Amino acid sequence: MRTLDVCSTVAIMVGANTLQQMYEEMVTARHYEERLQEEYLEGKQPAFDISAGPIPGELHLAAGHEASAAGVCAHLRDDDTVTAPHRPHHVAISKGVDLERMTAEIFGRETGLSRGKGGHMHLYDPDVNFACSGIIAQGVPPAVGAALAAKKRNTDDVAVAFLGEGAIDQGAFLESLNLAGVHDLPVVFVVEDNDWAISMPKERVTDVDDGSQRADGFDVHRERVDVDDAVAIYEAAGEAVGRARDGNGPTVLEVQVHRRMGHFMGDPEAYRPDEDVELARERDSIERMEGHLEEHGFTGEDRAEIRERAHERVEEAIEWAKDQPQPDPEEAYEDVFTDELEDWPERRDRELAAADGGEE
Amino acid sequence: MAQVEEPGPEATDRELTMSRAMVEAIATEMREDEEVFVMGEDVADYGGIFDSTEGLLEEFGYDRIVDVPISETSFIGAGVGAAMQGMRPIVELMFADFFGVAMDQIYNNMAKNAYMSGGSVSVPMVLMTAVGGTYNDAAQHSQTLYGTFAHLPGMKVVVPSTAYDAKGLMHAAIRDDDPVVYMFHKRLMGLAWMPAPEGPKTGVPEDDYEIGFGEADVKREGDDVTVVTLGLHVHRALEAAADLADDGIETEVIDLRTLVPLDTETVLESVRKTGKLVVVDEDYHSYGVSGEIVARASEGALDDLEAVSRVTMPDTPIPYARPLENEVLPDADDVAAAIRSVGE
Repeated sequence: MRTLDVCSTVAIMVGANTLQQMYEEMVTARHYEERLQEEYLEGKQPAFDISAGPIPGELHLAAGHEASAAGVCAHLRDDDTVTAPHRPHHVAISKGVDLERMTAEIFGRETGLSRGKGGHMHLYDPDVNFACSGIIAQGVPPAVGAALAAKKRNTDDVAVAFLGEGAIDQGAFLESLNLAGVHDLPVVFVVEDNDWAISMPKERVTDVDDGSQRADGFDVHRERVDVDDAVAIYEAAGEAVGRARDGNGPTVLEVQVHRRMGHFMGDPEAYRPDEDVELARERDSIERMEGHLEEHGFTGEDRAEIRERAHERVEEAIEWAKDQPQPDPEEAYEDVFTDELEDWPERRDRELAAADGGEE
Repeated sequence: MAQVEEPGPEATDRELTMSRAMVEAIATEMREDEEVFVMGEDVADYGGIFDSTEGLLEEFGYDRIVDVPISETSFIGAGVGAAMQGMRPIVELMFADFFGVAMDQIYNNMAKNAYMSGGSVSVPMVLMTAVGGTYNDAAQHSQTLYGTFAHLPGMKVVVPSTAYDAKGLMHAAIRDDDPVVYMFHKRLMGLAWMPAPEGPKTGVPEDDYEIGFGEADVKREGDDVTVVTLGLHVHRALEAAADLADDGIETEVIDLRTLVPLDTETVLESVRKTGKLVVVDEDYHSYGVSGEIVARASEGALDDLEAVSRVTMPDTPIPYARPLENEVLPDADDVAAAIRSVGE
């Protein structure tokens, strides 16, 4: 009995730490997106101009997706690879990407993760093996490649590809399932189902309700977590990541999340019924998480403290980022190759300078 | 449908944005011919991310304005198959940058089936796609890729720069019996969230008309320097030309309008007159439109050619941050500098 008591106490303790960690990541990610939204809209009002303001270009925010990243990444180490799609911030935060340099990248600053070249869809942090990309299902094959490398090198590292439910119709995903299945690779495909591929509801473009069924044709394990709950996702992901780490092959894990904002900032969402927007707001994984915390003895004060810490971290990252220098235009010509080519690329001003020189 | 004589943008006071002009042509063709339909991501309720199908769902319904799964290989290939059955699909590839997902269907099927069948098969489809930068959307959402499509044989390639041309080229593209890649620049569409420059919004006659393929448009006449360009940079070149006119440099600006076929003769005529050629292209520097135009000028008017300059994107992926994108993407000042450099 004692032993059991000790065990159960330990289990609860571990559970509580993990819960706290996941909650902190989730509120960090939520506040991050809400603050980025504010920063993004600065300079874009009253007449919205996508190219104006401190954060230009498209911005795909992940408010409502937090549970997925928190629940999955709780099982990952820095050596494990994660690829994320165009809606990547929550995943990056849970994977431990440097928040300050990530924010500087989103603001297009010189000290950003990609020195201002990538932007929010192209965040790379090799220190924690994170990358994301802008075209649907594009990150899935590279995750399979990371898993292949782990298997070849005989490590117990795993790879996780995050993708949206719209991406399960893409060849790159389906081919990856087969390659991973055939080679029994240590990879987990996490399908974040937010019901919408931009304006296209899931049922209009995909003929199965449960996207994890895609795994069946490839003899790959599968599971769907039907509730936007970080703890349920944590449990399902524990099994999937554990299976991969133990050398027992890939899993498709579909998780129900919700889109609390437009597809991108500036999306008027005219196609989306008000009830759907309302439902997404009501089914808040963060509120649900607070319930779990309460069950584990965290008081309202404890939770407020965690939130405060998370908000402070976000504010500091944003403040730091906005204080960083803009990149020197000359840097646009660097980094095309790792082994650089001399006098490359050919440039207008060089040509003009040469022409002027020739005439003198 | 009888082709009416091209009336010109001055023939009417009715001004449209480029996107409205495209939609008007598509709607007209769909009313005339039930075999015409539209297929693409977010073309139905959204009306196309860049308004290229705005309002069509209301008139034609989901059967003819078809949202498709995010499966470019499948739906572009399906467009090819439907076209080979004699239908006239208009398939939208949301961003030209996404062509990589489906290039096999585009260049090995769509473009080659007519030839590989010895002419027994036709693929009368339009592949319309958004191109271009200027709004910091970075390396995977900002490319023009004109040269990539124009290089591969079997596709006709058109690039409107005004609402007037957009409508006429769309009518011609839908009626054409071959695959036509219709590349529209996002910045020219007149989107509520991406302000267009002065210029693309023009008079557009209500009746249908065609812009013939292979007919470049001399947008401005001048005796000193020839500028050959397309898409967004027609407007940037016109801006540069207007500035330089104050300094007494008379620039001729040619809008290619179609890349395949290419109106070499209009380029040569101008170069024979000016002797000086500047090619302005938002696409990458090497192995593309700018090199092709210089080559044609060299082949056809070598003796008249005194100076040549190219203003293009350098051979780098397109960076995100504003100062970096501004550095690599040619603006009116870059065009003016090149005109001066050859004009001196």
